[in-house]
Amino acid sequence: MSRRFTPKVVTANDLIEGDAVWLSADDRWVRQMCEAELIEDAERAEARLKLAEGQGDIVVGAYLADAQAGENGPEPTHFRETFRTRGPSNYAHGKQVEAA
Amino acid sequence: MYKYNDFDEAFVRERVAQFSGQVARRIDGSLSEDEFRPLRLMNGLYLQLHAYMLRVAVPYGTLNSRQMRQFAHIADTYDKGYGHFTTRQNIQFNWPKLRDVPAILSDLADVEMHAIQTSGNTIRNVTSDHFAGAAADEIEDPRPYAELIRQWSTDHPEFQFLPRKFKVAITGAPNDRAVVKAHDIGLRIVRNDAGQVGFEVIVGGGLGRTPMVGKVIRDFLPKEDLLPYLEAIVSVYNLLGRRDNKYKARIKITVHENGIETVRDLVEAEFIQRRELFNGADQALLAEIEPAFAQPDYITADSQGFDDFYKADPVFRSWVDTNLTEHRQPGYAIVTISLKAHGATPGDATSEQMRVMADLAQEFGHDELRVSHEQNIVLPHVHKAHLPAIHARLAAVGLATANVGLVSDIIACPGMDYCALATARSIPIAQQIAERFDELKLEHEVGPLKLKISGCINACGHHHVGHIGILGLDRAGVENYQITLGGDATENAAIGERAGPGFSADAIVPAIERLVLAYLELREGPQETFIDAYRRLGAEPFKAALYPDEAGGRKHAA
Ligand code: SF4
Repeated sequence: MSRRFTPKVVTANDLIEGDAVWLSADDRWVRQMCEAELIEDAERAEARLKLAEGQGDIVVGAYLADAQAGENGPEPTHFRETFRTRGPSNYAHGKQVEAA
Repeated sequence: MYKYNDFDEAFVRERVAQFSGQVARRIDGSLSEDEFRPLRLMNGLYLQLHAYMLRVAVPYGTLNSRQMRQFAHIADTYDKGYGHFTTRQNIQFNWPKLRDVPAILSDLADVEMHAIQTSGNTIRNVTSDHFAGAAADEIEDPRPYAELIRQWSTDHPEFQFLPRKFKVAITGAPNDRAVVKAHDIGLRIVRNDAGQVGFEVIVGGGLGRTPMVGKVIRDFLPKEDLLPYLEAIVSVYNLLGRRDNKYKARIKITVHENGIETVRDLVEAEFIQRRELFNGADQALLAEIEPAFAQPDYITADSQGFDDFYKADPVFRSWVDTNLTEHRQPGYAIVTISLKAHGATPGDATSEQMRVMADLAQEFGHDELRVSHEQNIVLPHVHKAHLPAIHARLAAVGLATANVGLVSDIIACPGMDYCALATARSIPIAQQIAERFDELKLEHEVGPLKLKISGCINACGHHHVGHIGILGLDRAGVENYQITLGGDATENAAIGERAGPGFSADAIVPAIERLVLAYLELREGPQETFIDAYRRLGAEPFKAALYPDEAGGRKHAA
């Protein structure tokens, strides 16, 4: 009966900077999606989201976003999430230039 | 220009102090996001895709050089060196840090500006004709009334928690450049048969999910009744407007569901009561405001130099022919500075460009600038003798594009490059269309054409009232662009009709090109504009150009 679970990452915006952040497996908020924890089952996803929602003094608006496994870690599947990993397309601003 | 009085100054400073405290308490954890969010929205602070965004009100689009320079300073100090001018005649900063916002608001207060009521379910920044006080076709300058409305609506205790946001636009000219019929309340200054000047009051217009052209609720309102009548409308809406469904909460739905007659009866009854309470205090206030909008001290100068330059320099001539509008004062012109260089982001200006525009306003423009809802900057009062110098200095910073009113003078909302609500991007589409028509070297031949792009159904890019409208959608996880045709933002306001199935991001620019080339084939001559040809011929030949494979007569599944 169980539909296949689409893997997820927990993501939010940083309270002070406002930029996109992702929750890592070791409970840190990381600024690159590839360092995030790729969550493979629904129960874990709910638990991780709950943890994130309890960190309102660090991040804002935590939610679960669809993701897939990539070469360097989790990758976005929807274009909105892709833009969040990069920044705007009209200027070289945001993560696309801040990336290490 | 209007100058803050002691009350305005104290009010804005107090709000900066309040919000500074709220930010500090958010950062130290004593306020949760649920508590903080309505507070930050009351101060124009949004959280977008990549950062916070601060929306600053430019009241009815009017500002002076000092204020423009302060925007440049804010852009350099707290942001990434630019600002974005919006269709609401505001400016948005796309990259502020939460910690810096109190300092930004304090810098704004230094030049009599703020971000209050640029968000939330309140009466928003009142917008107006960007040529107000200068246009040759104007009956009366609408800005004293706009300022009166600003003062009345700012912090109005009864109207801080309306069912939904509320937008008022006002024009003093018969040629509507303020899209008044697409606002919750639209005001047109008119002259009645007896020669008296008053307002035509329009209510229930709006774009967004359910676009509607506003309806006339009062065809002639004596000037002195303006505030009591507005207050009557907003208070009727405050009680009657739906709070159960955010998509049905705007006054356009209230008017649609109850009928204009019912709303009018309620408003007129309320108006009788309210008028008693005003006591003439509003008229005293208006009398205080009016001198601030007196005509500038016009100069006289020899414009022989202008005439010679106009004849000699084709680049200058093209700019003059395209970007200037007739001024009421002989020898003067209204200059529209295009923020739409081909390939640039519509509405964006760098700090350097802002400073140049501020300098030009100060040196040659009686210290006035305007933000237009079409995302350009206007120097409303310029003597023609100064135009060659102005053009040269604009050209030096990439601001001399001669395309105002043409196909590349595109309105585009921030879309999914910035906006958290977006369903697709708008900016790259605008950039590509402008670049393509620049390549084709056709836009001057095509002539007046309004192309407007929104990145979601909220329609901040006014796509419904574009001759050509583009709406960006998310179709099964892919950006998709829907075209509407035949919209009109003027006094002949009309909502565009959907042309057919949407186009992919790759196919939308060629589709627009086919559409415009088809118009060139179809028109009776250069005097017949795109919208005129569309009205004469109907949608069919334009749809045939958009969907050539289906031109055999097969109907679209809408
Ligand atoms: S139309 Fe939509 S995407 Fe564009 S600015 Fe408005 S809310 Fe954002």
